[in-house]
Amino acid sequence: MTINEIQDELIEDFAFYQDWMEKYEYIIQLGKEVPLIKEEYKTDDYIIKGCQSKVWLYPELRDGKVYFTADSDAIITKGLVSLMVKVLSGHPAQEIAKADLYFIDQIGLKEHLSPTRANGLLSMVKQMKLYALALGAKS
Amino acid sequence: MGTFDILNIRNDFPILGRQVNGKPLIYLDNGATTHKPKQVIDAVVRYYADMNSNVHRGVHYLSQISTDAFEITRRKVQAFINAAHDHEVIITKGTTEAINIVAACYGRPFIGKDDEIIISAMEHHSNIVPWQMLCEEKGCKLRIIPMNERGELDLDGYRSLFSERTKLVSFTYVSNALGTVNPVKEMIDIAHRYNVPVLVDGAQAIQHLAVDVRALDVDFFAFSGHKMYGPTGVGVLYGKEELLNKMPPYQGGGDMIKDVTFEKTTYNELPFKFEAGTPNIEAGICLAEAIDYINSIGLDAIKEYEDGLLAYATEQLARVEGLRFIGTAAHKSSVISFVVDGIHPYDIGVILDKLGIAVRTGHHCAQPVMDGFQIPGTVRASLAMYNTAEEIDALTSGVERAVRMLK
Repeated sequence: MTINEIQDELIEDFAFYQDWMEKYEYIIQLGKEVPLIKEEYKTDDYIIKGCQSKVWLYPELRDGKVYFTADSDAIITKGLVSLMVKVLSGHPAQEIAKADLYFIDQIGLKEHLSPTRANGLLSMVKQMKLYALALGAKS
Repeated sequence: MGTFDILNIRNDFPILGRQVNGKPLIYLDNGATTHKPKQVIDAVVRYYADMNSNVHRGVHYLSQISTDAFEITRRKVQAFINAAHDHEVIITKGTTEAINIVAACYGRPFIGKDDEIIISAMEHHSNIVPWQMLCEEKGCKLRIIPMNERGELDLDGYRSLFSERTKLVSFTYVSNALGTVNPVKEMIDIAHRYNVPVLVDGAQAIQHLAVDVRALDVDFFAFSGHKMYGPTGVGVLYGKEELLNKMPPYQGGGDMIKDVTFEKTTYNELPFKFEAGTPNIEAGICLAEAIDYINSIGLDAIKEYEDGLLAYATEQLARVEGLRFIGTAAHKSSVISFVVDGIHPYDIGVILDKLGIAVRTGHHCAQPVMDGFQIPGTVRASLAMYNTAEEIDALTSGVERAVRMLK
């Protein structure tokens, strides 16, 4: 699936949840499914700045595609990073770098994009795109 | 002094009637900033509609009434904290600027290499970093008053820090992260026995308990308008006249000068030598309304009510399974910080927000305090005079609900 196809599928999934509580329970559930970063990479090198909770994100290039593993010490944040990994992981670096992540707004998580929000969804997106650019340049 | 009528008080704060995420707002982030009563909000509108003009400059009518109003605030602050003179009240941007003025204008001339500054283990970053910057510049050193596991300062440890190298002591009256009320009078007296001046950060005290700078005999006292129901962008540095007169100006510019030629500038007198440039006139003027408002309720009545609410909140939250209070000092004011085993404070904050409950999560700009307790942060509920027992009940059930979701 392309990045946009995954986004559209997530928008459909989220439309199914009526109230915020169900939505957050789903996000928490997604957090449990995140491809976990190896313990050895849970260092300051792979931590994302701008998060009140800790987020670690590790990028890898395989067969011309960028794959991410991640973790967080807060479970809602872990759900958010899991969402981003779901959408962006496993695509060519170029596509990740230029992706328009319209799904965030449409699933009602726009508030998490504000720079004042301490969870740093914005920092996650930026960092993932930066990793993609860097790995893309290497390949 | 009026009577404490919670319904009347709540009616004075328009924002308390709004909804957040479809729920009635429950605002428990008063340590970050308080809401404003309509008396203050109306005064802001009245200022721009009726008065707007620069202060301390024009001969024209509007400038004079603006200046008069600005100076009324200074005198109201003077009375509010019982300062001896109105020129001992410096109008600043806030507590942070007030502390920075002391670091720059007292620290630079009077504190030198290998001298020592004493601060406490429970300081807000704004009462740590200005001193660290001074230490980098001058080669002086910070000494830290230790704290016990309840979040109380160790006074024996404090006494043992003094030496002939001690040049200044700076600590908070009430801890923003823990709610501890420090024994300031005793601590000031100890410092004065060594002839060391004391700065007290009153940002979390001024809205909760009566402050008398002369009874305390404090040398410098700093606080912010926005945490005492007043406008943002205004605060106060109180300093004893004798000390302020010894200090050079803070910044160069308009209002702080007497005469300027290209050869030499002579500085204005107190308080203006510390107030370069156009101040936040609107906020300065409207701070007077906030002081009037607090006085109309009475700080003694406010303290009694808030202490009761704090005790109730502590009792209710204690029933939440796995909840642990951070900061259990014998003397506390208006702040409840806690963690829940196995759950990140941030997650609790997000769920509470969805329930319309505003709390703060994180390190509260006091990272060394969190490091001391070996936690990444806390959930902090901080009270104001308009909070109610029903709101505390909503907080408690909100935390219980968050725990159920997050466990």
